[in-house]
Order: sequence, then C-alpha cells, then structure tokens
Amino acid sequence: MEPVEYIPRIRDNYLRLGYKPYNWAFNTDPPPWTPLNKPLSKCRLGLAASGGIYMTGQVAFHYKDDISVRDIPTDVDTKDLRATHFAYDLSDARTDPNVVFPIDPLRRLVREGFLGGLAERFQTFMGGIYSTRRVTEDLAPRLTARFLAEGVDAVLLVPV
Amino acid sequence: MGLVARHVEAAGIPTLCMTSALDITRAANPPRAAFLDFPLGHATGKPDEPELQRQILVDAISCLESMTAPGSINTLPFRWSEDEGWKPKAFAGGDDRLPRHDTPQYQDEEDRRRAEGVGPPACPVCPS
Repeated sequence: MEPVEYIPRIRDNYLRLGYKPYNWAFNTDPPPWTPLNKPLSKCRLGLAASGGIYMTGQVAFHYKDDISVRDIPTDVDTKDLRATHFAYDLSDARTDPNVVFPIDPLRRLVREGFLGGLAERFQTFMGGIYSTRRVTEDLAPRLTARFLAEGVDAVLLVPV
Repeated sequence: MGLVARHVEAAGIPTLCMTSALDITRAANPPRAAFLDFPLGHATGKPDEPELQRQILVDAISCLESMTAPGSINTLPFRWSEDEGWKPKAFAGGDDRLPRHDTPQYQDEEDRRRAEGVGPPACPVCPS
C-alpha cells in the first residue's frame, strides 16, 4: 500500500477544527551537503527529537507554540523519560520512549562498536510548530549551536 | 524537522532525518532521510521490540555512509503490519488533537511536583 499522504489529511483536519492552516515547508532548492568524513565506528552522534520527550524533574512542554528545547543526558535512566505532545497518540511513546527517542538502541550500538560514541546530551522539543520563521531563525540555530558546542560528527533527527 | 536538518548540515555537520511522513519530508527536502512506513509516533520502531529498534537504527544510520546525493530518501524494509489496515485510518476522520494549553502538560502529577520543586502533598490528617 502506498505511503499515507499526510499533508492533505492534516490540512482537512485543521480546517474542520477551525485552526489556521499549517504552512508546510516546501524547499525546491537542493539541500546543503556535508559528507561524513570518518567511519561510523569513529563517529560521535548527536540527536534531536521532536516527540515532546522530557525527563521527570524538568518542566514539561506546553501546547501553544512552544519552541523550547530540553537537554537529555545520554546516560539518562530510560525510566525517567516522559512524553507530552498535542498531535500524536502518546500511548506507545509512554510505554517505551525509544519509539520516538531511540536512546537504548543507540547506547547498544556504541557498546557493539557500530558507533564511536554519543553526545553528552541529546536535544528534545515538540514539533508541530506553526511558524517556519521561528524554526529557521530561532529553534534550528539553537539546536545547531548545541551540536557544534558538543563537537559531534553526525546528527540523527527524529520527528514524530 | 527537514528545516532543522538543512540548518545543521549547512553548519558543517552531516545529518540523517528519520521520517514516517514521506510527503512532508519530500516537501522539506532534507539532505538525507530514511523513511519508515509506520504510523506517526513510531519513527524509530515499535514499543518493547529492542531487536527491531536496533535493526531500524542500523539501517537508518548506515545511510550517513552510503548516501552520496543531496536529497536522498531510503525506504527502510520494515512493515508495521501485513494488512496495513492502519493507513486508511491515519488522520482520516476527525482527530484527537489536544487543546493548545499554554501551561506545562505533564505526563503525571508526580512530574509536576518534581519540576516545581515541591514535595509530595501533605497528609491531610497528620499533625504538622
């Protein structure tokens, strides 16, 4: 079966709910490109995930244009992870946060030598942000600055 | 997330985007993407299936080494279910989208107490 077309379905849903239309990003120019310059087994990996993951003890995300970021130490106890988000069914993420924040498989891949290591901290936020300007001018630069400060060799991005 | 990927990549760090929404990712056009044809909210696997989660991550992260063309999208070889009965239902009729509260939405009350730095609620009958 063909992949689900989400843009028309979500557009219809927003209309039905009386929300203003969501502005999807359409980029027709070629994306930037930075080649990986070492084998994965030598790479330290950074991660940003938009599934609304936070750690108990941190302030949770709110549902009105929240573009804040949480730092999650990569030695976190998986049992301390929580999920909150307005736009997807949270039941599986609350059962096992690895479905949107793959911390356990990534730690395992480091132990197995497939990856060289992980950043000290991963970044989480809550997707479904209305304003592409706030993403490109505020959120994305903040995330990039954290990855540069950590000196990671590659970044995995996990949306919902 | 495609916008974030383009920004990070432009700063000199290679990126790979997971995605379960192929049309959204095609539109945002990130440098590298791995498409997992699962319902939203499962971009890196099914709950409590560590072997599946590991294999998804191995296949996805390998794209960082194997892809050579900007804008590449690999479809990962995993299916959510044989009949794919979830697809017609995804976002098809109404949805359970939650109201846009502007206060923190905790998973549980214990999280709220910890974040606000207060102890457990006082026992209403014990002498203080």
